[in-house]
Amino acid sequence: MKFTFSWLKDHLDTEASLDTIAETLTRIGLEVEGLDDKAAALKPYVVAKILTAEQHPNADRLRVCAVDAGAGAPVQVVCGAPNARAGLVSVFAPPGTYVPGKNITLSVGTIRGVESHGMLCSGAELGLGEDHDGILELPADAPVGQGYAFYAGLDDPVIEINLTPNRPDCTSVHGIARDLAAAGIGTLKRETLPALRGEGPCPVEVELAFEPADRHLCSLFALRLVRGVKNGPSPAWMQARLRAIGLRPINALVDITNYITFDRGRPLHVFDAAKVSGALTVRRAREGESLRALDGRTHALTGETVVIADRRGVESIAGIMGGQDSGCDETTTDVLIESALWDPANIAQSGRRLGIITDARYRFERGVDPASTLPGLDLATRLVVDLCGGTPSEARVAGEAPESERIIDFPWTEVRRLAGLDVPRTEAKLILETLGFHVSGTGDRVKVLTPSWRPDVEGKADLVEEIVRIAGLDRIVPKPLPRLAGVGGSLLTVMQKRTRTAKRALASRGLMEAVTWSFVPHTDAVLFGGGGADLALANPIASELSDMRPSLLPGLLRAAQRNADRGHPDAALFETGQCFTSDEPEGQTIRAAAVRRGSATVQGAGRHWDGSAETVDAFDAKADALALLGSLGVPTGGLQVTAGGPSWLHPGRSGTLRFGPKTEIGWFGEVHPRTLQELDLKGSLVAFEIVLDALPPPKHRPTKTKPALVLSEFQPLSRDFAFVVGRDVPAGDIVKAAQGAERKLVTGVDVFDLYEGPGVPAGSKSVALAVRLQPVERTLTDAEIEAVSAKIVAEVVRRTGATLRS
Amino acid sequence: MTDLDTLERDLLAQVSAASDEAALDAVRVAALGKKGSVSELLKTLGAMTPEERKARGPLINGLRDQVQAAVTARKAALAEAALEARLASERIDVTLPVREAPEVRGRIHPISQVIDEITAIFADMGFAVAEGPDIETDELNFTALNFPPGHPAREMHDTFFLAPDAAGKRKVLRTHTSPVQIRTMRSQTPPIRVIIPGRTYRHDSDQTHTPMFHQVEGLVIDTSANIANLKWVLEEFCKAFFEVDSVKMRFRPSFFPFTEPSAEVDIQCSRKGGEIRFGEGEDWLEILGCGMVHPNVLRNCGLDPDAVQGFAFGVGLDRIAMLKYGMPDLRPFFDADVRWLDHYGFRPLDVPSLVGGLTR
Repeated sequence: MKFTFSWLKDHLDTEASLDTIAETLTRIGLEVEGLDDKAAALKPYVVAKILTAEQHPNADRLRVCAVDAGAGAPVQVVCGAPNARAGLVSVFAPPGTYVPGKNITLSVGTIRGVESHGMLCSGAELGLGEDHDGILELPADAPVGQGYAFYAGLDDPVIEINLTPNRPDCTSVHGIARDLAAAGIGTLKRETLPALRGEGPCPVEVELAFEPADRHLCSLFALRLVRGVKNGPSPAWMQARLRAIGLRPINALVDITNYITFDRGRPLHVFDAAKVSGALTVRRAREGESLRALDGRTHALTGETVVIADRRGVESIAGIMGGQDSGCDETTTDVLIESALWDPANIAQSGRRLGIITDARYRFERGVDPASTLPGLDLATRLVVDLCGGTPSEARVAGEAPESERIIDFPWTEVRRLAGLDVPRTEAKLILETLGFHVSGTGDRVKVLTPSWRPDVEGKADLVEEIVRIAGLDRIVPKPLPRLAGVGGSLLTVMQKRTRTAKRALASRGLMEAVTWSFVPHTDAVLFGGGGADLALANPIASELSDMRPSLLPGLLRAAQRNADRGHPDAALFETGQCFTSDEPEGQTIRAAAVRRGSATVQGAGRHWDGSAETVDAFDAKADALALLGSLGVPTGGLQVTAGGPSWLHPGRSGTLRFGPKTEIGWFGEVHPRTLQELDLKGSLVAFEIVLDALPPPKHRPTKTKPALVLSEFQPLSRDFAFVVGRDVPAGDIVKAAQGAERKLVTGVDVFDLYEGPGVPAGSKSVALAVRLQPVERTLTDAEIEAVSAKIVAEVVRRTGATLRS
Repeated sequence: MTDLDTLERDLLAQVSAASDEAALDAVRVAALGKKGSVSELLKTLGAMTPEERKARGPLINGLRDQVQAAVTARKAALAEAALEARLASERIDVTLPVREAPEVRGRIHPISQVIDEITAIFADMGFAVAEGPDIETDELNFTALNFPPGHPAREMHDTFFLAPDAAGKRKVLRTHTSPVQIRTMRSQTPPIRVIIPGRTYRHDSDQTHTPMFHQVEGLVIDTSANIANLKWVLEEFCKAFFEVDSVKMRFRPSFFPFTEPSAEVDIQCSRKGGEIRFGEGEDWLEILGCGMVHPNVLRNCGLDPDAVQGFAFGVGLDRIAMLKYGMPDLRPFFDADVRWLDHYGFRPLDVPSLVGGLTR
């Protein structure tokens, strides 16, 4: 919403400065977004006359001018403009002036050996838009010495406020003045004009043709004919104001409607009566109807749009834009003025669908004051008669304004309760009354009647806001939120703690945390087990951001490739975040995943004098996964690792992590070569992903006491065994067999060698174990050690078909 | 000069001449071994008369002690020399680089770090962390939050929609974290103090907007929380978060469908050479929106607006991360460029806390 300072003063009797007004507007919730005070910016620029213009002695294109700037002796100015000539009246800026168009500050200069004491200016140099070839040319009678901004009518500062959608009343200069008056900046000027008397009835009939359920679409429609007008340019003052706020003056009849739109927040429409045939019908548009509107475009209409039609068809889109065929121009002699009340929701929907943004729509979709319908029509009629002459008819009115006022039962204590501020009751009452509310009653509870122009005020909280925003939010003194008693317990849930720990644990393994889009291309979603219709966006912003991600991996894999493309082939990235298996809350899981590319091992990447990093393999991913589980304190006793994983991992070089046949918690491995191909990824990539929600919750224990520590006083000992087994026998089975052979004594089993080749039969492998024995009661005798060893061998042989390698 | 003197001089000379441990041992055995020259002399003591023994005993024993001591001393000297020689040969080039440790290389994304910072600050004021799904119902994202039916935010050009279900209802990607306010108020009994960090989505993509971004909201519901408390909470938060002793904040009346009264909050700052500093300067920077929870929202959660009350506020997480840490653009937040992560990310062990400070 834009307006000018002088326009505001039409409605507000005030001595306040522009700065005070701007500060106050922001303070009361009408945030000033722009302040264009050309009078201040152009203050040094004066109307000046070139007395003489001589050729510069040292430059063909320059002239040395004697300039009369209205004060004292003529000034010598060197000017390069082709139109600088004796007798020309133009604009002069003395040294010290800031030139906005050039972003320089003038000083006395010497140009090719001749002193220049200022500058003659072009429009562009003043920041006034388009340039011409040379300095401004003013009429010969322009008063030399006068400030240019004043002379050119640019001295009316333009204020732009960023209006919140709840304030339709402030789409008008009058409404803004009312708010300022309430804030103590002057007095609102109120003029009550007598109702306008017309001569004879309006000859054009009006029908509101709606089903009963649709009556709200146009609750009130008023029309008046003014005969015998002479349409032409509107007066200079009106044109200046319209231009200042960015509107293009058209002709007096159109300008009047635009002016009242901004002045009163009351949009109107004018039809050339000669171009309207028969009665006007207000109705929903019919399928197939269209209108060539004033924007020059032809708009196809549907039933959701309300139109004003005559015998020929649609003449205007209600509340949004009129039609070109029935518009007013210089030939118009009889004008129909329309002032109506449209449904905000319908106008908003219709305007959005048609893609038409107008000042009328802006106001109707926020809610035009229902009580302004007839006064608005009268005001427009008066202006038409004043500026264009003519004889008005009586108004024709169809429908009736809906009840728009509310009574709110308001206890004054509500201000203190919600705002924590004591506003004296007299002050609060004055604020409400200046804003147009009626307060009745005198006790602790009063009845407050809302004005017709405030559809946003519905209840007590709204009244508190009115009082507090005008009294000043800055008057509220911050007050500590009372501390909750004592030292609080944990404020984070198990999942929140696990997510936080997961991030630090993975980062500690040299991985960098990425945050990638929650949406992935449809093909990626399908590749990673998703892509269902329930998780596809109806309106994706781009085709590669179309489906909610089923996994973190497509985003991470693509990120690793992007880094490789930028010359960083050894990316190690992780992400912790949401993935989606359905559109229900339960279908959203938090996962942690990482990818390593190239040689990005946990020790580092690339070549190094102390041993170069090898290409990453599935065990790098497995190590990440197990480190994560370990850091989270998830007991891994029951954890099983089974061969193979989801379809996007290499079937022979991947594993699935589970706590039982049905509780998969994640997987790790090399990315499937086909997946690499489909995603157009290159290089070695390994990955893991763990569903944090699937992890078993920590056991709740009544105390935090740890189990007693039992330390043996006897030396532990270690025995090595090498077994030959079929190459498909999982090492894990051998380890498990060894562990289970003598649970009391075996405290650890490590695989320290793995061998296939000469010396081992084809199709077999040699697996070497170091078994750690911890005697509990006494040192073991050689015979006892032998017995345990034999038991271990027997158990491994029995469970895996191994033979002891001799 | 006796024979003993001669022997002593001879043996001591042999000891000091021994050039290694083996030679020294040979000397020791030749003198002090079972059949050594000194041992042989000691054996003669037994056959002596008491008088002779009295005279010769101390001399021979003295000789033995002398030689013993000389051997021990020589042995130590030889060991010392051998160690010196070994050390002289054992040299490494300590300027050779070691690999950078993983816990130094790894990075935490600024979003995670800032969430941890904010969580630490609000935990001190008794706020828990609430979360909710990214895919929301229209009811929770809009209706319950007092958005009227035709509100522009409900349009395709502002909000991401999923395909309509069998009943024709479309779910949305939440446009703010506010639906979690509704979920919290419907599932918990006041007093409530929560912050709600999370991902949010709007149909917007340009230089300064991304279709996905992050917000953190706060919600307090009890029987007395008012704007004065709200102002205090936000001032404390801004001071703690930006790590300055004082901030100047400006509360401007504004409008949100789910709060009444509503305000936008500007924070005073200075901008010098592309750096923003808080607690000084003359510029105002808008950083958050807030207000008292709208009575309709309370009612929609089954709460009586005359019995309970409270406030809510919302901040752009990415935005305040940018303000604090100086990232010039939003888009790289989601690009996973390792150069960006290395530069703007945080070390894994730099865990923000109030005890140790949010940053080092």
